[in-house]
Amino acid sequence: MTMKILKFITVILSASFLLASCGNNGNSNKQGALTGNAAEKVYVAPGEHDEFYAFVSGGFSGQLAVYGLPSGRLFKVIPVFSQDAEKAYGYNEETKPMLNTSHGFIPWDDSHHPDISQTNGELDGRWVFINGNNTPRIAKIDLTTFETTEIIEVPNSAGNHSSSFVTENTEYVVAGTRFSVPVPQVDMPIKEYKGKFKGALSFISVDPEDGGMDIKFQVLMPGFNYDLSHPGRGKSHGWFFFTTYNTEEANTLLEVNASQNDKDYIAAINWKKIEEYVNNGGGKKMPANYAHNVYSDETHSATSTMKKEVLVVDPSEVPGAIYLLPTPKSPHGCDVDPSGEYIIGSGKLAAELTAHSFTKMLDAIENKKFDGDAYGIPVLSYEAVNAGSVKQAGLGPLHTEFDGKGNAYTTFFISSEVVKWKLGTWEVIDRKPTYYSVGHLMIPGGNSRKPYGKYVLAMNKITKDRYLPTGPEVTQSAQLYDITGEKMELLLDFPTIGEPHYAAGIPADIVAKNSKKFYKLDENKHPYAIKSPAEAKVVRTGNEVHVYMAMIRSHFTPDNIEGVKVGDKVFFHVTNHEQDYDVPHGVAMIGANTSELLIMPGQTETFVWEPKQVGVWPFYCTDFCSALHQEMQGYVRVSPKSSNIKLSWSLDDE
Amino acid sequence: MKKVILSVLSLSLIFLISCGDDKSKKDSTEKKEVKEEVVEVDPMKNKGIGPVTSIELADEIDQGLAKTGEEVYVKMCSACHKPNKRFVGPAPAGIMERRSPEWIMNMILNPEEMVQKDPIAKALLAEYLSPMANQNLTEEEARAVLEYFRTLK
Repeated sequence: MTMKILKFITVILSASFLLASCGNNGNSNKQGALTGNAAEKVYVAPGEHDEFYAFVSGGFSGQLAVYGLPSGRLFKVIPVFSQDAEKAYGYNEETKPMLNTSHGFIPWDDSHHPDISQTNGELDGRWVFINGNNTPRIAKIDLTTFETTEIIEVPNSAGNHSSSFVTENTEYVVAGTRFSVPVPQVDMPIKEYKGKFKGALSFISVDPEDGGMDIKFQVLMPGFNYDLSHPGRGKSHGWFFFTTYNTEEANTLLEVNASQNDKDYIAAINWKKIEEYVNNGGGKKMPANYAHNVYSDETHSATSTMKKEVLVVDPSEVPGAIYLLPTPKSPHGCDVDPSGEYIIGSGKLAAELTAHSFTKMLDAIENKKFDGDAYGIPVLSYEAVNAGSVKQAGLGPLHTEFDGKGNAYTTFFISSEVVKWKLGTWEVIDRKPTYYSVGHLMIPGGNSRKPYGKYVLAMNKITKDRYLPTGPEVTQSAQLYDITGEKMELLLDFPTIGEPHYAAGIPADIVAKNSKKFYKLDENKHPYAIKSPAEAKVVRTGNEVHVYMAMIRSHFTPDNIEGVKVGDKVFFHVTNHEQDYDVPHGVAMIGANTSELLIMPGQTETFVWEPKQVGVWPFYCTDFCSALHQEMQGYVRVSPKSSNIKLSWSLDDE
Repeated sequence: MKKVILSVLSLSLIFLISCGDDKSKKDSTEKKEVKEEVVEVDPMKNKGIGPVTSIELADEIDQGLAKTGEEVYVKMCSACHKPNKRFVGPAPAGIMERRSPEWIMNMILNPEEMVQKDPIAKALLAEYLSPMANQNLTEEEARAVLEYFRTLK
């Protein structure tokens, strides 16, 4: 007995020791973390918020994903250029016009380079711009609603790649063409490309109040490929820089034929000078055909307008506005440091990076240090403009961003690494591998006057063995590095949607405070909105039937409709009457050849249903809205075409 | 000997408690209170939980205000409340005899907290199942709706 009691005591004592030591466990974790505290650095506790937003493009997904940093958590996929059945984007009647182009409705594009609007060279968090590559377009996303609110097609352009970068007061969002093409388009032999094709660089003005976009002018450059671009800032504000390749003007097997010249160019464009020329009546209006699609938060609807004219400027008309800076080996990235002094060209076939000096460029222009010309555009002497180069930094440099502390970070695609180096001395400070084949990288504000140099996000094209396999197609990924120390530290891998082509990051506190919570029903100007359930009705015009419907937790008004006939085209205009945060409702109709609707509080959306069979057909709420979500449903009676049944509607027999 | 065991036991219990964080401790005590709660409240004296603590009603109904209240009611409330008939939620006719004016306004302005904490609101949720939606009325709008309720018989 005594033994038993003693044993019992021992058990209890040891148990209480274990329990008592739980506080110390935390400490020892921290001590262990001295060698590797990556997990702590990316851990955002449940209910806590991330420090940064990262807007990561989806590449071939055509969309823009919103992640938090440092956690890498995905918050939202904003549909931009591709239809999204989840949100009814491009499916409902309201947003279909957003995807209209001169080629008709296009349900997809390739979204590449997001850029956040700036004021005085600093991120202001009002809008994100992003380019559609394939059928050239620029989209604008409003950061109060995180919705795409405007898309403008870019005429005379093809492969809209050196886009969509903003000047330092968002005067312009700039879109450069990758392919040169005949301008205007014409039926001609492809072989006659050289000297006849043009490369259009488009300067799209942005209204400072509502962000409205309009193509102010296009510069018709020689028929090179325009790869990437960035604005001057600070001292170089007023200039824009574009990398070029294929200055050989090859039209086939570019892999070989566009890699002949030892140097291509960075084109420096004094847009202020061209703007002045245009404001004084310069340039030529040429016929064009391009779509301008605008979404209104008041009507909750988009309109598409075809524009018929664009102003073009030939470089020869504005002498002194455009110069070419020789840059080795088909330069890809074109990045400008926070001071605006250095323009970094990444020769993607080179082992080194080229830094041009803005000050030296002005001096070379002043003193006519030219090295010939290309189609009349002066080529500046390489020696006269070059500030230095980062030697033997890696293989296949692509893109550079800056931390605001005098350091630059460049990705190397072939050698799969991020390299940190110092501006001015051009010395390599650190290098870290990426997994694998990194393309762009992003430091929040890293291409502005004011970078937030805490993290760099590297975006990879290939992951191979990094995640659980998912068949032949595996995820692409982003990787987060801490850059607060002398050496970079890899903190986190996370999978992304589509191809994480490029990203724009911003401190969360600039954006979060402006985020809209719901739409006011009072301000809803949708032509088919109803402001109270008493206004619910069903109206027939010929074979078109318009249902004016309201939804609130958890019923539809009306929820019984009769008098619809086979062959009718039924429009469900559904208004969400909730007036509270995070109470969307969905709606879907059996057999409708479209997606569901996902309707935010105060919003109206429309889907079309063309009933093909007689019967009584149900519809229901698709977004789990309340405890009685499964009760949120209704029926439509569909009668034969010849039927005389009167149109009627009700809720609870009223 | 048994006494010793007991004291050791209680010690380890203290350790147990101190290892949990404050929040979970609070939660557990709160849950306990909830269980013990008995719904025996005078509805006319219960002012509910929310921004409205005291309302003075004039003897005469302000017809202008009631009209405004009716407009707000039709737009924001009528999807679930019919004036004289039980619908998704209860009918407001006669509510002035059933509830204090403060309670009514707090139920409109602060429904989430009310259905969790106020004994009458909790009982209503249990009966109607559909939780009262927050339609984000301003205090002025809720006051107008209250005035409209005074006109309902």
